[in-house]
Amino acid sequence: MSDASAATAVLKVDAMTKRFGGLTAVRELSMDVPPGALYGLIGPNGAGKTTIFNLLTGVYTPTEGSIHFKGTDVAGRKPYEITKLGVARTFQNIRLFGDMTVLENVMTAHHIRSRQVLLDAVVGTPRHRHEERETRDRAMELLKIFDLDGVANEGATSLPYGNQRRLEIARALATEPSLLLLDEPAAGMNPQESIDLMKLIGWLRDEFKLTILLVEHNMKVVMGICERIQVIDYGKCIALGTPDEIQKNPAVIEAYLGGA
Amino acid sequence: MSTTRKVLYFVVTIGVLLLLNQVFEHGVGDFQIRGYEARIVSLIGIAITLAVSLNLINGLAGQFSLGHAGFMAVGGYSATYVTVYHGQQIAGLIGSSLGEVAGAALVMPISLAVGAIAAAVAGLAVGVPSLRLKGDYLAIVTLGFGEIIRVIILNIPAVGGATGFTNTTPIANFFWIFAMAILTIVIVANIRSSTFGRALSAIREDEIAAEAMGINTTRYKVLAFVISAALAGVAGGLSGQLFANPLNPQNLNFVKSIEVIVMIVLGGIGSITGAVFGAATITILPEALRDVDRQFPGLRMVIYSLLLILLMIFRPQGLLGRKEFSVNWFRRRKAPLAPASTGGGADV
Repeated sequence: MSDASAATAVLKVDAMTKRFGGLTAVRELSMDVPPGALYGLIGPNGAGKTTIFNLLTGVYTPTEGSIHFKGTDVAGRKPYEITKLGVARTFQNIRLFGDMTVLENVMTAHHIRSRQVLLDAVVGTPRHRHEERETRDRAMELLKIFDLDGVANEGATSLPYGNQRRLEIARALATEPSLLLLDEPAAGMNPQESIDLMKLIGWLRDEFKLTILLVEHNMKVVMGICERIQVIDYGKCIALGTPDEIQKNPAVIEAYLGGA
Repeated sequence: MSTTRKVLYFVVTIGVLLLLNQVFEHGVGDFQIRGYEARIVSLIGIAITLAVSLNLINGLAGQFSLGHAGFMAVGGYSATYVTVYHGQQIAGLIGSSLGEVAGAALVMPISLAVGAIAAAVAGLAVGVPSLRLKGDYLAIVTLGFGEIIRVIILNIPAVGGATGFTNTTPIANFFWIFAMAILTIVIVANIRSSTFGRALSAIREDEIAAEAMGINTTRYKVLAFVISAALAGVAGGLSGQLFANPLNPQNLNFVKSIEVIVMIVLGGIGSITGAVFGAATITILPEALRDVDRQFPGLRMVIYSLLLILLMIFRPQGLLGRKEFSVNWFRRRKAPLAPASTGGGADV
């Protein structure tokens, strides 16, 4: 994918810094994610990748700098506001709604797109019934894509680990995002599952017209599907480029393997 | 459920309640309900309203509130105040009086509405600042609120202060008590099975993930808290206008809040059926053990506590867990809904 101009970037981060007391977790980071990109974010453990995700989704507020999503400044907004604008995410340590079924997990995420008001639910208006049916149908469609429709009524945490990760992606998609942030989607998956997941991510991007930002430790996955990769170390960007460029970059090799 | 069917259910429910009310008050032929039993049945109805409403915030949304007696007090005193000081006027509007059926039938819903609104306002005032807190901290704040309310009431002579609000006309009858219990169950059940109920469950399960899925967690917690408080206020309004059951600050302390929590924990926290069951059990149990007490004074409370301890040891999820009563229990069990996976999905 060629570089899109900054004006059309889905996500544009400018000199973002996050400090926790004396610790600078993210330092003057800039990102430019063009629409439809499959953008990888890598770096050694503790580099600040998850902190970046938390900044982008409103869990943290940047100390300095700006975040623009489709031209709207989202720095400092609440997570649910950012989700409403069309940013969805998954979590590194799976955060499913444990005591709810697989189907309910996905239906819950459709909440912001539901048009019913509380009174509709209390009285049980036709609009309530219609919206509930629609939410259920959409959720089932998503589960089908992830091959989870067979276990729709099972408890979410009763699923095998790999399927829990897939369910998290399905749940994120139910918020109808245009930008999807995946935090280590292949973690804990076996090689075959990882390959399937790579294919699925690529397919989702095309099918749902998504822009995908990916944090991943599994280099095979990152190098295999990402078109652009940004390498972070100690909260700073140390390299940016195509997978080939990144693999040859001496700074990246040093960050991962240590200086000679 | 179609709208016609809903109207039908509504009419039938009202009819059945009116009929039962008639039986309750006047008996059928030789069959008469004694005052003692009638009182216990009434208290069960009020306990159901209390327990089911608390279940919305404690069970569904997972926010541990210890202030239910406080909301019950706010609603109860407001509702009773309306009846005592303005009841005759309101009944007079339709040329009736509080002692007559028509007058009471007008004053009761108005007083309950006032009670619900007063309790909802109190719920909002407590909820907005305190629902930022979690777990034990929220419990402490709501506990404190309940005590503040109690002390304030103790110092208002117009509502009886420490002697209780005794000069009321008992207009809360079987009909109103159980109509409100059913209304509470319907409201909570409908919220639960809607997108709002799922949002509340999501908040209970994982607040960070809920927020990331677009749920405004603070707003929904406050909303659940306010609805829960309003319904507790209704229960208070009924309680205060029950025959020979004056509101008294001493009975509306935190022990009452804990009693309601015991009801929902006993029944299975989160389950509406469980809350109904727990409310009935906790109301009946001390009464049923009264005979034991006559033989061995003091033993009643020992047995009562032992039963609760044993329950928590052998069935910590409560009697019903999260299960709900449903008419499907009586039908033949059908095969699970979900079809076998077709192996479709992404053609990748």
